[in-house]
Amino acid sequence: MKFWIICLALVLGSLGLSLSGINEYVFFAGFVILQFVVLATAWNILGGYAGYVNFGVPAFVAVGGYTAVVLFKSIQAPILVQILGGGILAGVLGLAVGLLTLKLRGIFFSIATVAVVFILETVVMNWRYVGGATGLQLTRPADLAFFDSYTRMLFFVMAVLAIGSVIIARYIQNSFLGRGLRAVRDSEEAAECSGVPTLRIKLIACVVSGALMGVAGAPMPMYLSYIEPTATFNLSYSISALAMPIIGGTSHWMGPVIGALLLGTLQQIVTVTVSNELNVLVVGLLLVFFVVAAPDGVLGLVKKWKQSSK
Amino acid sequence: MFSLELLFEAALFGVLLGCFYAAVSLGLSVAFGLLDVPYVAHPALLVMGSYATYLISSLGIDPLLSGLLLMPIFFLLGMGLYRFYYETFEKRGSDAGVRGLGFFFGIAFIIEVALILVFGVDQRTVRAGYIGSSLEIGDYRFPYRMLMAFAVALLLTLVLTIYFSKTFNGRAIKAVGQDESALRLMGANPVKIKQLAFGIATAVNALAGALLIIVGPVEPAMDRIYIGRTFCVVVLAGLGSMSGTLVAGLILGVVESVVLMTLGASWAPAVSFGLLLVMLGLRPQGLFGR
Repeated sequence: MKFWIICLALVLGSLGLSLSGINEYVFFAGFVILQFVVLATAWNILGGYAGYVNFGVPAFVAVGGYTAVVLFKSIQAPILVQILGGGILAGVLGLAVGLLTLKLRGIFFSIATVAVVFILETVVMNWRYVGGATGLQLTRPADLAFFDSYTRMLFFVMAVLAIGSVIIARYIQNSFLGRGLRAVRDSEEAAECSGVPTLRIKLIACVVSGALMGVAGAPMPMYLSYIEPTATFNLSYSISALAMPIIGGTSHWMGPVIGALLLGTLQQIVTVTVSNELNVLVVGLLLVFFVVAAPDGVLGLVKKWKQSSK
Repeated sequence: MFSLELLFEAALFGVLLGCFYAAVSLGLSVAFGLLDVPYVAHPALLVMGSYATYLISSLGIDPLLSGLLLMPIFFLLGMGLYRFYYETFEKRGSDAGVRGLGFFFGIAFIIEVALILVFGVDQRTVRAGYIGSSLEIGDYRFPYRMLMAFAVALLLTLVLTIYFSKTFNGRAIKAVGQDESALRLMGANPVKIKQLAFGIATAVNALAGALLIIVGPVEPAMDRIYIGRTFCVVVLAGLGSMSGTLVAGLILGVVESVVLMTLGASWAPAVSFGLLLVMLGLRPQGLFGR
């Protein structure tokens, strides 16, 4: 009950924030941080619960983004339809990658997801309709409902998506799916022997995780008024989406949220004040530090600290 | 435009390219194929080897010789890296999959960004007598730099194949890949053997890095495309087979070269990744796997 009240409060809070008069930049940066909340939460459904590492986050993000572009360019679809379409296609991609590699050991799944990034990037590069290698300029529609600017509306949409994905992750964690996925992570053979339908639940997790990443990527073209393959398919998405849950803690739905908020904010600060290269370096260093020194992330540290202070 | 002669030329160039791909994949074939370490930082270390070669050869030393000089340093680096990986992940056991992959992925990014911060994003090249000129036989031209890569790749594969089949340590490395606990029962220390193998894998990567910058200009983000090429070759070969690596490299080289010639350069990056996906779907144990 408490959880649902907090969710509702957050939705209303972000609505109030986006209607208030504060600086536009807050929404511009906030959008990116909230997008990482969705991506980290989505990554954690497969990576954290089941132990299958997805390196191909940008592929799913780009499927969302480019689906949105196609829908917008062809039928002028509104943003919600774009998001829905992006989510569905990214989910289908998740199913395809899952069917191909989830029977194999984890590392093959990881490598296959990297492969999907490069294959899709090459396809998009050669696809004229969506702008090919040079990209495509998009004109935002004037339709804003009652928001002052399009960025403010997108901020609110992304806030709702972030809260929605956390609700889904929490549901999965507490349902038979979450228990099954954890069993898969600890020992796939033992899980299979105990009657857990391992392949089926891995596929479900893969589809949900992929669809959420597509949903996170779909508003991107409208947010930037522009889409371009090199930036969209950048593997930096992968390292962030992987580092955030690991830094926050992978075993609980709160971990990716904490990681995304911490690291996302830090990234915004470093990118603005120093440079984007240093930003990736910071993420890499923090990731390596955490997997080596604090494998259970911030959540693990808090737990340890609570236990020792008792 | 689509003539048999062009196709033949593409295939011929593909053979040279393929040997080069085999050379850059040999280290991964040992580390991932034999030892089962999720070594996704391999391509990043390869590019690092290229930049180290660039530094040494700017003193006026031949790039290939620079690569050879780097091998002992990379050997120690590889031993250290494995020791660290063993102590922090393999020894503790549980959940090594996610964290091990995250560790090497993080290392790859750190190397890439460090190279950008030190050298910038510009392409770097090296100079040597054999770079820039070609051997002409009839109508065909073979660039000497590719022939050099071809020769070194063949030699490396030969040396590694002999090492793994004839020497005590080499056989022990193969054994540790097959059954670690059995090796322990034979009185050998699997950790030491793996450490040695990882050192060899990384040392080979130093020489491969020298080849990479001999074959063409190098930039820091190049490791990303080589994730596809190296893993494609290793999976195609069937994990851990040295001669299989050579054949797999040749296949990739020829396919990539023919695609380059027929569809154009913009499709080339997808070839290795596409081939990799096809292999994973149809025959994940590789062409020569058990």
